[in-house]
Amino acid sequence: MNELIMTLQGFFGFAWPLVYSMAKIVGIVAPLMLGLAYLTYAERKIIGYMQVRIGPNRVGPKGWLQPIADGLKLLMKEIVIPAGANKRIFLLAPVLAIGPALAAWAVVPFSPEMVLANIDASVLYIMAITSMGVYGIVLAGWASNSKYAFLGGMRAAAQIVSYEIAMGFALVGVLMAAQSLNLGEIVKAQQGGVLNWYWLPLFPLFIVYLISGLAELNRAPFDVVEGESEIIGFHVEYSGMAFAIFFLAEYANMILVATLTSLMFLGGWNPLFDFAPFNWIPGFFWLLAKVLFVLFLFLWFRATFPRYRYDQIMRLGWKVFIPVTLVWIVVVGAAMQTPFGYLFH
Amino acid sequence: MNFETLVFYFLASILLFAGLRVVTARHPVHAALFLVLSFFTGAGLWLLLEAEFLAITLVLVYIGAVMVLFLFVVMMLNLNIEKMRQGFWDNLPLAAFVGIMMAIEMTLVLTVVGRSVTTSPESHAAGYSNTKELGRLLYTDYVYPFELAAVILLVAIVAAIAITLRRRPGTKHQDPAWQVSVKREDRVRLISMPAEKKGE
Repeated sequence: MNELIMTLQGFFGFAWPLVYSMAKIVGIVAPLMLGLAYLTYAERKIIGYMQVRIGPNRVGPKGWLQPIADGLKLLMKEIVIPAGANKRIFLLAPVLAIGPALAAWAVVPFSPEMVLANIDASVLYIMAITSMGVYGIVLAGWASNSKYAFLGGMRAAAQIVSYEIAMGFALVGVLMAAQSLNLGEIVKAQQGGVLNWYWLPLFPLFIVYLISGLAELNRAPFDVVEGESEIIGFHVEYSGMAFAIFFLAEYANMILVATLTSLMFLGGWNPLFDFAPFNWIPGFFWLLAKVLFVLFLFLWFRATFPRYRYDQIMRLGWKVFIPVTLVWIVVVGAAMQTPFGYLFH
Repeated sequence: MNFETLVFYFLASILLFAGLRVVTARHPVHAALFLVLSFFTGAGLWLLLEAEFLAITLVLVYIGAVMVLFLFVVMMLNLNIEKMRQGFWDNLPLAAFVGIMMAIEMTLVLTVVGRSVTTSPESHAAGYSNTKELGRLLYTDYVYPFELAAVILLVAIVAAIAITLRRRPGTKHQDPAWQVSVKREDRVRLISMPAEKKGE
């Protein structure tokens, strides 16, 4: 492997750092794209079985080619631009939605060594980048020149901005426990088996983070933008690939939230129990298993819970989650000054 | 010219262009979006100065929160551009005066007062944590000003909420606490009555 890198380095000369970074970016984005294509398949299959249906099984063996057929179909559809729409912003909005969803992956560590940019403030970076995703939604709603899309965009944006606060406070608890803003350091602080991970000492924050993550993604049971009974989603005017990009952004964000939950509360690449044969399995596969588990939870929630009403969503975010996180931050901070502080490290 | 200088000029030119468009754009929503762009490139410039914590906070607070609310307001208001342009020539002399004064002050600060500002800061070793240093300074040397700023912000939050708080009688707001604690006796009334014979 090192020899191969040396040969390539000689071949590209001074352009090598650029080429190497590009290769790493492709190495992250390509599996991610494939992953989210099959996440849509998994969603339909899993919810199908939960509802005693079979789900997609016509395209390819057992329906395995369904996501590819869906992608092709969306690619070939016309992008309808509504009359009176602000054309430039209408087309810019999906780009602004997917850009942050992919850029956030730059600092996500997949194992102790596998990380594109190991920066010190990586948690802050992710929060900053993901907070920009809301522009895609606001602008999509506004540029469509449709009252329904506009109202939908406003609702979705207000929901995202509200739950970002609860999410941020949940992360503050993690930062206090790990004493670092670096995702790699946070995982290292949870070294050991399942009882050393932060889901246990920070249990309220874990629950708040998981549910706020769902609300942040506009996913069931907080998916008013997709509510059949109230068609006022920000993307009602979008069709073809422009719609597909919003869809991709949603699923990329879903995998991102699942990964962050695994890294910060479920011990990242640490094995379930820190003894053989569990610690023979490479860390990357443990992380993958945890991400898949959290994603399964997301799909399970969608099949289980009825949709929240909009004012109830806002009430839950502002009046329940934010106070809970604030109280638990005080609890953690106070406990750290007592002999019981080791419980929160 | 090294790579860093190139990046600086790239970002700075975008920043200047975006800043200019904020004041010249015809549509308020476009102006707000150009302001977002200028904040973002400003954050890029701060990153070049190795102030990564400040840069990320600028993106998080100003782009992620303040400008979203700004856009909300601009989109919701039915702005009449023609009406807004009416006072342009009346206000121009005062605006020009303020603008020129600010430009002079900034030039003075950069050229006369602080000579050290123009020299580029020395770069730090790879292990240097900007965030940690900033946190240490804020909670040791500058703890009183910092706490004072926090209290002022808290007062501002309370005041902002107090302004929006209006008591309206007759709204049909739900009280979840009451809904949860409701008992069967409040909702269902069981009546005992003898069976009736029908159809005779």
